[in-house]
Amino acid sequence: MRPQARNWLLLAPAGAWFLFMLVLPLVVVLVFSFGERGPAGGYVPAFTLEQYLNLPARWTAFKNTLTLAPVGTMLALLIAYPLAYFLAVRANPKWRMMLLILVIVPFWTSILIRSYAWIFILGGRGIPSLLAMVGLENVRLINTPFAVLTGIIYGYLPLMVFPIYVSLERLDKRLLEASADLGSPPWRSFMQVTLPLSIPGVATGCMLVFILLMGEFLIPAMLGGGKVFFVGNALVDLFLQSRNWAYGSAVAVALVAIMLLTVSLYMRFVRRFSDARDDVSLM
Amino acid sequence: MRQTKQNPGQLNSMGYAPIPGSIAEFRGATKLFGEVVAADHIDLAIFKGEFLSFLGPSGCGKTTALRMLAGFETPSRGDVLIDGDRVNDMPPHRRPVNMVFQHYALFPHLNVFDNIAYGLRQRRPRPGASEIATKVERTLETVRLPGYGKRRIWEMSGGQQQRVALARALVNEPKLLLLDEPMAALDRKLRREMQIELQTLQRQLGITFVLVTHDQEEALSMSDRICLMRGGRIVQIGSPRSLYDEPASRYVADFVGKSNFFEGRLSGRSAGIGSVETRSGMLLSGRTVGDFAEGQTVAVSIRPEQCLLSQSEPGEAAAGATRIKVRIRNRIFLGEHTEYLVESGGMGEFLVHVSRQADAMSGAFEAGEEAWASWPREAAIVLENDATSEPPKKGNEHVEEK
Repeated sequence: MRPQARNWLLLAPAGAWFLFMLVLPLVVVLVFSFGERGPAGGYVPAFTLEQYLNLPARWTAFKNTLTLAPVGTMLALLIAYPLAYFLAVRANPKWRMMLLILVIVPFWTSILIRSYAWIFILGGRGIPSLLAMVGLENVRLINTPFAVLTGIIYGYLPLMVFPIYVSLERLDKRLLEASADLGSPPWRSFMQVTLPLSIPGVATGCMLVFILLMGEFLIPAMLGGGKVFFVGNALVDLFLQSRNWAYGSAVAVALVAIMLLTVSLYMRFVRRFSDARDDVSLM
Repeated sequence: MRQTKQNPGQLNSMGYAPIPGSIAEFRGATKLFGEVVAADHIDLAIFKGEFLSFLGPSGCGKTTALRMLAGFETPSRGDVLIDGDRVNDMPPHRRPVNMVFQHYALFPHLNVFDNIAYGLRQRRPRPGASEIATKVERTLETVRLPGYGKRRIWEMSGGQQQRVALARALVNEPKLLLLDEPMAALDRKLRREMQIELQTLQRQLGITFVLVTHDQEEALSMSDRICLMRGGRIVQIGSPRSLYDEPASRYVADFVGKSNFFEGRLSGRSAGIGSVETRSGMLLSGRTVGDFAEGQTVAVSIRPEQCLLSQSEPGEAAAGATRIKVRIRNRIFLGEHTEYLVESGGMGEFLVHVSRQADAMSGAFEAGEEAWASWPREAAIVLENDATSEPPKKGNEHVEEK
């Protein structure tokens, strides 16, 4: 077989997957978004911008998503970086594997069950009852943005920890010796060497968590109790409850558009900041 | 080198009397890694402006010694002094020394200029931008990389990276420049060039260089003094010439240059000349180095280039010269000279190096031919027979160095 033919054959499964599972559904959603809702729900072909003009009605969902997703990503980063640093640099290599496994252990249970656990922890008989014992009455945690953020950080922390861990673990320790040798105290070596060289890991982690958070619906549904809802919740509602597929599609297209915009802006920022340092082989 | 006890200089504030003219000292410095003794009671003074090399096989403690100077290792016992101050507990970033790392350890996220400026920018108060730029440019010229400041590290070749690493250390004008196998990653020809350049640079700048290497040729060609190490200990310190011509033991003669060794018992000695009876009953005589008792097993060392090969028996030469009949086993052309492996009934096989001129005069020998090998008495040295292959005594096991 000619090498070129073989290349195409090898690409075929991935190509077919890409076409049927990604491109085609997106086209369908795009087409639906210009249609109308049928009398009994579903979709009636049409060409109207009505659905898009209606988008402001879901403003709260967009606002929640666009505030809690970046804030959640930032908080996850702030918690994940020290943890990843500890695992990659400070932890005894004997225990490292064990500790890494502990980080992913929560993934062995369904997020649904773990969210129920958080409902109990944050609910009336959980932390608020303990606070009441020290005199802080009527503290409400469940069904607040705080509860949703807690759930987000809890659920997505491992996704943030791993890429950062990898970039820190790959870091050549001799660079830190060189930095010390050139007169830099440890904390400045961290700022000048460790941190810049771990930016690729930070960027990957943030991207993973942010993209997944933009589409999140389970955690806001469970811990937000209908008070703090994301675009994802609006979509579930539109497609499955009110069966307004055309409007749902318009909301989905808007979400994808926002995501593309933010992610490409973010990529440009990261690329300029890290200046292709990913290509460097650490000699 | 136990100069520590003679010539005590002025006591400094910490109660240490540095050796006059020294810039750094090891005083009984010992480094243990668990049970392993990486450096064993090192006593050494490094003098201002000299080019000193730590030479030895991997695991001999040379890198550990260098890292104790840099501050990456703290001696378990004993002291390290820099410029008269005890620096055992001084962290690396406070020491007035800089290092060229084995694989350069250049910062991949910074360009050439920022790599070199790194050390200057750590100073407090921080020097001004123009001062930094001037110094960096000047240093780039010193290492013959003018105008390369904007380049990225990965755009530079191995040899250029090496120069950047050198510049990054030199720009700080350290009291000691430490070089950890800096040429290991370069090819042979480039290495030779860099050795010459490094030596010239050292003379020019007057900075004290301390080099770690396992390459005896490198140490011989560049150093003012070589400190030969084995199993964490210093075996011999001296000029390249003295190590080559006056080795303290068989180990030194074997590590520094090539040599033939003939084991035997010391049968007599007088006025610096020892007679040695080999196992086969042959008598050899040579200069004695060190104190030996008669009857002791010793090794006679003869450098291959000090042997002569001739077709006919050489005439009566100076007293004590050795002449033996040999058969040529093998001939290897090595460019500047030819290496013959010869065999004699009584002495076994040994090597003879014949220069091209001599080869041309007497004619090349072919394998299987008979010839006469001879050498003057001064060429033979009677040495302590410290076996080279067998590991040093327990507790000094070879340490895998970083």
